[in-house]
Amino acid sequence: MDSRITQFDELAGADGRTRAPYRKLSQWLAETPPELLASRREQAELLFRRIGITFAVYGAQEATERLIPFDILPRILARSEWATLEKGLIQRVAALNAFLADIYGAGEILRAGIVPADLVYRNPAYCPDMAGRRVPYDIYVHIAGVDIVRTDDQGFFVLEDNARTPSGVSYMLENREVMMRLFPELFALHRVAPIENYPDELLATLRSVAPPRANGDPTIVLMTPGQYNSAFYEHSFLADKLGVELVEGRDLFVRDDVVYMRTTEGPRRVDVIYRRIDDDFLDPLCFRPDSALGVAGLMGAYQAGNVTLANAVGAGAADDKAMYTYMPDIIRFYLGEAPLLQNVPTFRCREAEALTYVLDHLDELVVKEVNGSGGYGMLVGPHAAKAQIEEFRAKLKAHPQNFIAQPTLALSTCPIAMANGVAPRHVDLRPFVLQGANGARVVPGGLTRVAMTEKSLVVNSSQGGGTKDTWVIDDAWVGEEPMGQA
Amino acid sequence: MLSRTADNLYWLARYMERADFLARAIQASRRLAALPKAYGGEETEWESVLLSSGAALAFETSGRPVDEANVIEFLTFAPENPGSIRNCLEQARANARAVRTALTIEMWESINDAYLEMRALESRGVVPCAQELARFLEVIKQTSLTYDGGAYRTMLRNDAYWFSRVGLFIERADNTARLLDVKYHVLLPEKEIVGGSLDYFQWSAILRAVSAHTAYHWVYRTSMKPWLVADLLILRPEMPRSLISCYESIVRNLDNLARAHGRQGSSQRHARGVYGKLEKLNMESVFQGGLHEFVQSFITENNRLAALISEQYLF
Repeated sequence: MDSRITQFDELAGADGRTRAPYRKLSQWLAETPPELLASRREQAELLFRRIGITFAVYGAQEATERLIPFDILPRILARSEWATLEKGLIQRVAALNAFLADIYGAGEILRAGIVPADLVYRNPAYCPDMAGRRVPYDIYVHIAGVDIVRTDDQGFFVLEDNARTPSGVSYMLENREVMMRLFPELFALHRVAPIENYPDELLATLRSVAPPRANGDPTIVLMTPGQYNSAFYEHSFLADKLGVELVEGRDLFVRDDVVYMRTTEGPRRVDVIYRRIDDDFLDPLCFRPDSALGVAGLMGAYQAGNVTLANAVGAGAADDKAMYTYMPDIIRFYLGEAPLLQNVPTFRCREAEALTYVLDHLDELVVKEVNGSGGYGMLVGPHAAKAQIEEFRAKLKAHPQNFIAQPTLALSTCPIAMANGVAPRHVDLRPFVLQGANGARVVPGGLTRVAMTEKSLVVNSSQGGGTKDTWVIDDAWVGEEPMGQA
Repeated sequence: MLSRTADNLYWLARYMERADFLARAIQASRRLAALPKAYGGEETEWESVLLSSGAALAFETSGRPVDEANVIEFLTFAPENPGSIRNCLEQARANARAVRTALTIEMWESINDAYLEMRALESRGVVPCAQELARFLEVIKQTSLTYDGGAYRTMLRNDAYWFSRVGLFIERADNTARLLDVKYHVLLPEKEIVGGSLDYFQWSAILRAVSAHTAYHWVYRTSMKPWLVADLLILRPEMPRSLISCYESIVRNLDNLARAHGRQGSSQRHARGVYGKLEKLNMESVFQGGLHEFVQSFITENNRLAALISEQYLF
């Protein structure tokens, strides 16, 4: 972290005085012997391993199933903070949906010159097969996982809009269950907003977008690439909580543009597919012919309106890092409102002036590949070796349009419990936004990801990041005592 | 229910049952092989364990000499033996993982715990000592008890339950039959027994392999007779590992499936046929036609049922 930037700790605040939402936790920590924390940490590890909450890591041979490190200290947001965030998230997803309906429809925003047409049409996630077609209720993004960071107690920044198949919600739910088993006394102290209704909300969202011919009683399935996928645990967990079948491509087939699943009682019609498989693998007839994961003819059934896919095919055209930079304009264009959540200032390397600046300041900036994800293909300037910086310089010069750059943010920190005490670590937050024909909703919380190593800014689980339970608590201290007096 | 899910549940149950049978068979054979030669303790015991577990060919290919340590290691931990306990457990867990949604948490945890224990043992990279091996076999037996009890106590009585029960009983019938097939030469009818037989400890090993040592005495209230051992394992309905008891359960669970799906099929008819024949049978006629021949044909019929089930339920 750049030493010139003051660190914002969500517990200690910028001035070292415990922030109000953390007051009870802080006091509890001061009174709790370290041995107790240590034993709860061990218990947590045991619980996660027994339940089998694992995560597969690509390329790691010996450890195909790894446990995501879990930190036992909660990350706490006040209800008032959450209220702001929630409004901003719903606004953001409304704009994403309007944008997608537009670029696959009339293309008004392109004609208005707000977003360059080539950025949309040449985007690898743009699906030409979807052009000129409408999806049920014009909803493309039913489930979004928007990555949020903060640098002070004023507001929130959006880091990324994940509009394809965002994962992590099972960790949000399981983290809470484990915390309730480990720390009943902390829950008694705080009034923590529940999140356990997420699967029900998700089910209601999926039901609301079923094709009309399902007659109000749709058959819903969750489609997974299979048990070797990194998020398989989550897929099976969610299918179980939703009470729907967990299917693979080979369990489905298409006849006369209708999707069926193979059951022990013969074929059964499928109306809504919550798919956790990328566009490219959905239908070998339409996308990658070498894919064995998908279902031949699925796109035909989709385009005939006989099955709803959530999220819609081609939704990724709205969430890549190049499009991200236009989000504030996109929100203003479609909703006529000012964005409630800020964007992180971003340099579009495709623009000559920005590129020059970025090349001159590589050691200060974070450079990201426009289509990368999971923390791969990313340069964190202040922490990078010389050779790595030069490697990125060459890449940038060769294909500037593939990159964006952002200043290194002073991401906020939260305390984590370590073997030898409590220490601050950088965090981000991924709340999950649901958008159905029945409205938009966000359960109060999300997945807090935390960089487990000191000063690291990379919170991705594929790179050793961990998670925390995230609490939204009532602002009970309002009226109890003035803010800021610990 | 998804055909693939039914398939996974069915195989999960089979692999768990197989692992349990292997653990018991190894323990029984160890006991037998430890006896002085005059009491039947001999190396050929290990060959028969290899045969009854269907691993004889794979073992021969491995080129190892047949001795206790080698056979036990091969049957328990060898990754290259597709039927080793280790591989059964791994297969069971892979199937369980694929159908997490169809299992209750108790069932999953019992399998996963055993798997983690096995991985911990393996990760040290050394061959486990005799004591560790004995402990591991106990863990496997314990796991099958918790798994089975978990299924019985926590699963909804729907097709998921019935498919997994059918898998369990088909596997169990197969195991009992294979054990009989390897030992048929020591299970002679009354008139062929001459004098005090040295096979006594063989019979008791057979009973131990199917946890029926005590049960035998409760059922017959007499000292060990080979024809009664065969009777217990084939025709006694109160003996949970007997062929007839397995088929009674198979018929019942398949009927539950048929009722829920609203149609009977070839697997129901075949199972009822096999069960009906067993009901009419007595040991005299079994010995008349030859125990070996009887067991061989039973194994074929049992495999035929497995094939019919997959045909009928589109696995």
